[in-house]
Amino acid sequence: MAELAPRRTLVPIPVTDVEDPSYFHKVVDCQWACPAHTDVPQYIRLIGQGRYGDAYLLNRKSNVFPGILGRTCDRPCEPACRRGRVDGDAVAICRLKRVASDLREDVGSGLPRAAEAKNGKRVACVGAGPASLTVANDLMPLGYEVTIFERQQLPGGLMRTNIPAFRLPAQVLDEEIAVILDMGVDIRYGTEIRSMRELLQMGYDAVFVGSGAPRGKELELPGRHDEVGETHIHIGIDWLESIAFGHVNKVGRRVLIIGVGNTAMDCCRSSRRLGGEDIRVMARRPRQYFKASPWELEDAEEEGVQIVVNHAPRRFLVEDGRLVGMEFDQVEWDEGAVHSKTVGTVRIDCDDVILAIGQENAFPWIERDLPLEFSSPQLAAVDEVTMQSTIPGVFFGGDAAFGAKNIIWAVEHGHQAAISIDNHCQGVSAAQRPAQTMRLTSRKMGITQWSYHNDYNPHGRQEMARVDLKRRFERLNLEVELGFGPEETAREVQRCLNCDIQTAFQAPLCIECDACIDVCPVRCLTIIRPDWADEEELRTRLNAPAENRSQAIFVSEALPQTGRVMVKDENLCVHCGLCAERCPTAAWDMARFELGIPYAGRPAEVG
Amino acid sequence: MTSIAKPQIPLLPLERNQLGLTIRDYSGSMSTLCAGCGHDSVTAAIQEALWGLSIAPYQVAKLSGIGCSSKTPQYFDSAAVGFNSVHGRMAAVASGAAAANRDLVVVGVSGDGDSLSIGLGNLAHAIRRNVRMLYVIANNGVYGLTKGQFSASADIGSRSRKGEPNLLPPVDPMLLGLSLGATFLARGFSGDKAQLVPILKAGLSHGGFALVDVISPCVQFNDHEGSTKSFRYVREHELQDIDADIIPVRGQIHSEQTPGSVTEVELHDGSRVLFRAVPEGYDPRDRVRVGSYLVESARRGEIATGLLYLDETTPDMHQVSATTQDRLWDLPFDRLCPGSAELAKFQARLR
Ligand SMILES: Cc1cc2nc3c(=O)[nH]c(=O)nc-3n(C[C@H](O)[C@H](O)[C@H](O)COP(=O)(O)OP(=O)(O)OC[C@H]3O[C@@H](n4cnc5c(N)ncnc54)[C@H](O)[C@@H]3O)c2cc1C
Ligand SMILES: Cc1ncc(C[n+]2csc(CCOP(=O)(O)OP(=O)(O)O)c2C)c(N)n1
Ligand code: SF4
Ligand code: SF4
Ligand code: SF4
Ligand SMILES: [Mg+2]
Repeated sequence: MAELAPRRTLVPIPVTDVEDPSYFHKVVDCQWACPAHTDVPQYIRLIGQGRYGDAYLLNRKSNVFPGILGRTCDRPCEPACRRGRVDGDAVAICRLKRVASDLREDVGSGLPRAAEAKNGKRVACVGAGPASLTVANDLMPLGYEVTIFERQQLPGGLMRTNIPAFRLPAQVLDEEIAVILDMGVDIRYGTEIRSMRELLQMGYDAVFVGSGAPRGKELELPGRHDEVGETHIHIGIDWLESIAFGHVNKVGRRVLIIGVGNTAMDCCRSSRRLGGEDIRVMARRPRQYFKASPWELEDAEEEGVQIVVNHAPRRFLVEDGRLVGMEFDQVEWDEGAVHSKTVGTVRIDCDDVILAIGQENAFPWIERDLPLEFSSPQLAAVDEVTMQSTIPGVFFGGDAAFGAKNIIWAVEHGHQAAISIDNHCQGVSAAQRPAQTMRLTSRKMGITQWSYHNDYNPHGRQEMARVDLKRRFERLNLEVELGFGPEETAREVQRCLNCDIQTAFQAPLCIECDACIDVCPVRCLTIIRPDWADEEELRTRLNAPAENRSQAIFVSEALPQTGRVMVKDENLCVHCGLCAERCPTAAWDMARFELGIPYAGRPAEVG
Repeated sequence: MTSIAKPQIPLLPLERNQLGLTIRDYSGSMSTLCAGCGHDSVTAAIQEALWGLSIAPYQVAKLSGIGCSSKTPQYFDSAAVGFNSVHGRMAAVASGAAAANRDLVVVGVSGDGDSLSIGLGNLAHAIRRNVRMLYVIANNGVYGLTKGQFSASADIGSRSRKGEPNLLPPVDPMLLGLSLGATFLARGFSGDKAQLVPILKAGLSHGGFALVDVISPCVQFNDHEGSTKSFRYVREHELQDIDADIIPVRGQIHSEQTPGSVTEVELHDGSRVLFRAVPEGYDPRDRVRVGSYLVESARRGEIATGLLYLDETTPDMHQVSATTQDRLWDLPFDRLCPGSAELAKFQARLR
């Protein structure tokens, strides 16, 4: 029994609380990273089973716009995806979302419906972007009367005015927005809100500001406001809006895009479709510091756009009343690209310049003498959880809340604001948040049979087919990406590692036979005496050192025979189920984790 | 059986040995033994020891007899040559393999039935010859493969799953080895790889016959209350007061500090075994003392584990028989088989 005598004083070990919904949720890397916590592995599984409509509805529950997001989402889930840590390439989560949307059968019965009786409460939303639309989506079924004021003649916000139709066809946008508006939302097009004070006096029970971050940043350099400057130098987001509404339909042959974020990518690709031939995206910094998503850069380069690094704009060159080019400093950066030094200047000729260097918030219509506090000149003070401003009953969301983000964040803000609005209207504090819940259900069917596909498919990430370059520019709104076909879909769904199928451990059953330890293909299990000083030390003492600190370590209660504990590094577990197959006592089980997410007026429910 | 093979994860960060190989390069096919069988842990420990010593996977000959334990060579080191002999005859086949090719790292895995019942005679003579090999007995006290009959290592009074007691005295392979002049005797437990892996490494580095008795519970037929070879019973009765470290010349070098007051034994390849803790008056090179220690601990109902006995002075089979330094397959055919004229001459000498 010498083995059992403690070598060091035992410290009370922190046993992992797996009943806290956030523990297993965090193991589902994609779901955890998704601002709206979409149940990704389950929708991928449904797609694998050909249940496209169900996959669509599961998506819709949390992200409201699967068809739109399946084409345009910023995909915070993909860099988080476990598969990336296993073979270098994340599962194509976003494109599979599009599959669910493209192939969905009639899902009418699963869509939200307005309540039969109104509850007498009226909510005003400013702007018809994804944030306000989500608020309406969540509140209409509860009986609220929702009014949306929209300056433009069409709904959708930047999704309509800035995301080019070759990435997001209008029909997809129309369909998904119609589901919400058709519940009877009172939408007032062409109505710009010019005064918050007046809006507050209109007697609404709550106000939601979803007006976005509408102002494109300026580049104040010599020549900007000359006469030519006004006609041949464009602010990216305004220019894209003019294209969307048909006010602009051509551009010069040589175009310079200043800035290298996602807006720049849409500007350069739009230029390509409006007659631009020599198109350069001018970046100050080296490539690894670009804000644009890698896939957007690839798309632009495929279309012949040049990306030029280490060029800082100096001035616009105007000759004989004509914009002829721009002058740039050529710069060199130190390690980490913190400091630069100028090593020369260069002139680049062009016909048009598009400024795509960022967006700002602007609230000229909010009077500053209201009790609505601002945290900066551009931004109102907004609570990150409740989305409430310093006026109770006035909420912000989407780009209007904390500056420009993306669609999926706008949706999540909308969900949270809807909860707050519902609370507010029912006399409950916005701070009182409904809890998340969870459910674990075994996937065991037989000794070595599971009701999930546990085999590892070594296929690489599937490429998406696109319209041939020869045909791609025929029409401005020709969608470039063609969606996954049946074969890509079948392979891609099997790349998912089923992170929602959790390894659930019951310490009292374990006989410490080591079978699980031996079989685990990634050596992520260790049975160890609980005598480490802290988690840092524990991480170094496992069968395979646990170096990814962003991933949790599971620690069981004491095992019955020796008092040692089972430790699992969640980082590389591929959810293969082999530990549970080799365990003689079923101390390990593979169980599906479902997160119950609360929405306005609907407490968290699973299934 | 498992429903799937082990996923081969491309980006898995795995440590490499001196040959640049990872533990995966020493794996075999998926086990078909019962879930939780101690033998799978023995397999894992052997794999770890071969990898840790940086033994080239193809340099290994893995041999076995018949039994669940004897199935296990299939589950490690696919690059090795293997021989699944008839029941109880592994020691003989292994002796032949070792004789024919002195460069092979010979690893035999057998069971208590295979070695102590039907194969006892073969085992005894391989011990006597001091054949250079690692001989592992995965000892569960039963014939697992044939559904749990008591084997020759079952203790008196140990009960079968149905409750019948065993009435015959057990063969203790350690005492048997001592009486036959064994040169390396160790006992481990499948549930304790921290102890077992160094023992196996020492056995692989030993210059003669290394007999390792590993208590390896049969979860199917001998892991119940009343059994003296269950996980729980072994944990409650294990006596671990012999503590030895191996410092191999090849393979991974870990802490090289020689602690004070140790008994040190150098193995034939230059590796060293350091006995850090032994009971009062215990000398792992003294057959008589070791024998009485084993008898006494057994009488107290304890299972003594550790590297129990070590003798690096007795010559091995090749030395005793003054065999050629060459592997037999390297010999030109006319030397290996000099022909009938030479045979006639040789026979003439004997007339
Ligand atoms: C070029 C470009 C490309 C982008 N591409 C993507 C992408 O691919 N994926 C992604 O996830 N995100 C993308 N984004 C970001 C994304 O579009 C926004 O984050 C998102 O639309 C913000 O939603 P929102 O509801 O907060 O506001 P918005 O979409 O900005 O909608 C605000 C609405 O409010 C209206 N409005 C404003 N003020 C008033 C007022 N006073 N009265 C009445 N109406 C008013 C506006 O007309 C507008 O319709 C892109 C942004 C740009 C600029
Ligand atoms: C000549 C011969 N006799 C009997 C058998 C039947 N038999 C197969 S395995 C076995 C016993 C195996 O026991 P052990 O070596 O302890 O292996 P375990 O399955 O317990 O690991 C017996 C008796 C046989 N295969 N061949
Ligand atoms: S499911 Fe079990 S065996 Fe598979 S990787 Fe995870 S812990 Fe290891
Ligand atoms: S296989 Fe089961 S009983 Fe054996 S150590 Fe693992 S959890 Fe414990
Ligand atoms: S019967 Fe016993 S020895 Fe054979 S595989 Fe099953 S548990 Fe192991
Ligand atoms: Mg046996």
